[in-house]
Amino acid sequence: MVHLKCGYWKRDSLNKPRTGRMAHAQPYFKAIWDQIGIVWEDTLGRIGMILLFFFILLALFGPFIAPYGAYEKCWTPDGKLERMQSPSWRHPMGTTYYGRDVLSQVILGTRQVVIVGFVSALMVVVVGTNIGLVCGYYKGNVDNLLMRLTDIVYGIPFLPFAIVLISIIGKGVSSIIIAIVLILWRSTSRVIRSQVLSLRERPFVLAVKVSGASDFRVIYKHIAPNILPMAFLYASFAIAWAVAAEASISFLGLGDPNTISWGQILFYAFLTQGVTSPYWWIIPPGVCIMLLVMSAFFIGRAYEKVANPQLRER
Amino acid sequence: MRKFLITRILYMVLTLFVFITLCFFLFRMLPGDPTALVISPSLMPESQEVLRAQFGLDKPLHIQYYLYFKNLMKRDMGISFIYRAPVTKIIKGKILNTLILMGLGMTLCMIIGVLGGTVMAWRRGSKLDSGSIIFSLAFRSTPIFWSGMLILLLFGYKLDWFPVGRMHTPGYGAFNIWDQYFNIDFLKHLILPLSTLTLYYLAGPLLVMRNSMLEVLHADFVELAIAKGLHPLKVMYHHAARNALLPVITLTSLMVSYSVGGQVLLETIFSWPGMGKEIVDAVNSNDYPMAQGAFLFLGATVISMNFLADVLYCYLDPRIKYGEE
Repeated sequence: MVHLKCGYWKRDSLNKPRTGRMAHAQPYFKAIWDQIGIVWEDTLGRIGMILLFFFILLALFGPFIAPYGAYEKCWTPDGKLERMQSPSWRHPMGTTYYGRDVLSQVILGTRQVVIVGFVSALMVVVVGTNIGLVCGYYKGNVDNLLMRLTDIVYGIPFLPFAIVLISIIGKGVSSIIIAIVLILWRSTSRVIRSQVLSLRERPFVLAVKVSGASDFRVIYKHIAPNILPMAFLYASFAIAWAVAAEASISFLGLGDPNTISWGQILFYAFLTQGVTSPYWWIIPPGVCIMLLVMSAFFIGRAYEKVANPQLRER
Repeated sequence: MRKFLITRILYMVLTLFVFITLCFFLFRMLPGDPTALVISPSLMPESQEVLRAQFGLDKPLHIQYYLYFKNLMKRDMGISFIYRAPVTKIIKGKILNTLILMGLGMTLCMIIGVLGGTVMAWRRGSKLDSGSIIFSLAFRSTPIFWSGMLILLLFGYKLDWFPVGRMHTPGYGAFNIWDQYFNIDFLKHLILPLSTLTLYYLAGPLLVMRNSMLEVLHADFVELAIAKGLHPLKVMYHHAARNALLPVITLTSLMVSYSVGGQVLLETIFSWPGMGKEIVDAVNSNDYPMAQGAFLFLGATVISMNFLADVLYCYLDPRIKYGEE
């Protein structure tokens, strides 16, 4: 299982006394670094990481690369709006009905997607992991209550909930993130809880408890580093999920009207052209969504394979 | 089993209750007033008060909550602002459209997933196996609304094989329910959304079936069946597959809960007159009673499907004992 592979820094750390203010954070840094190394070893995982890195760069430096603004109207020299132009040197991906450059929109749209993907994945994992840790460690009533809550959240369909919530609290990037986090923590917390349930019975946890460590210390210093691999796995799936969710919400026209995103490009295409949308307008943003979702999937799968050796033989 | 059923039903009722309560508070969090749309601010303050009293909004929150519940029990969800008709009536006309599309899609996914996953596991490592994995995963990572758009663009618009969206040719009037769903016109309209839905959700059951089959194929009874000289098809489907089915069943409940979301997008793309499109339209036109009704209905669907899957799972695998842990 997972902890066999990833628990080795514990042994390591016995020999090296740690000092300094960051000493308590060391298992986390090392663990995270190890996880990245694990993914890199797998071919598909490597492709996923390269793709992800590419999109992060695009999100960071997009405004410097994009030839036009996201909502800028392009005009021909003789003053005509360049409406629905097919791809050319001037506009490698053509223009939209409103005379906007599709390539620039796709490049500039990366930022919101990446921000939503990463921020919500991080929040999902932090919330889900903590709930899982508390549930698994304390068991009893706390566990019962929180797991019932998880069951209830499992009964809420995501997209309808997001639509209703956003129509009530208003459009915007933060509303999308809130909607995603409120629903998505459920699966992480369930899985982490079951891991913690078995971890808390292990000798090293019992030993620490006997030596008088506080609950807080046991949970965050001794148990938490061991469930990091699982948290990491769910983080990568959460990114894939959040990116797809953001695209869906923006496609329904509930995204931030002032920030471009891939889903929003498709929303405008469908709004103005319906099924007759030109291919250059709808293919690039869709391919980008697909690639980003796939890259997170690849990372997750590569990681799962190594973390769970049973899968590798197949 | 009996004890499990009772606790499970209790949990379902509790979940439904909390969900309905959540819905109540969610829609009362609205900026301003849920009736801002029907009560014009230009009215005299006295008439505004009268109208508000008609909607029950002058009462304290707990009384409103009580009335809300009472009305829900009477299947009264208010009157849609846009349609100017009872929400329940509108929902009634759309439920079947949604359920037929969703149900057919899920059933197709399950059938293809179970049959295909078995073959994939049987011929693991072959081109067919890896090809199917990549194919299904590619569709899984494609947003459903985008693949729907492409399919519509290609088969509906460019090739003109199928109608672009809607459920019937405009102007079509059905005499009865049977007539509405069992005719060529409906089938023609059904094919594109159904195939989009199936392709999108296929990866789940296909890969889960493949993985669980791989585990079963190592078992002794499979080796024995092969050694007996049985036909591979018989070993595959008669002996191995039925033992590998359980994880796929578990997946069903999760898939239903996701597919309700996919349904919203699918119906928007294909202008399918169902609950998913209704909730989007309702939210876009600030028709809150309608949005609330649609949301309640979709949530109730997910909750009851989860319940059904749990019970089915317990029934199919008597080895699992609930409530004794």
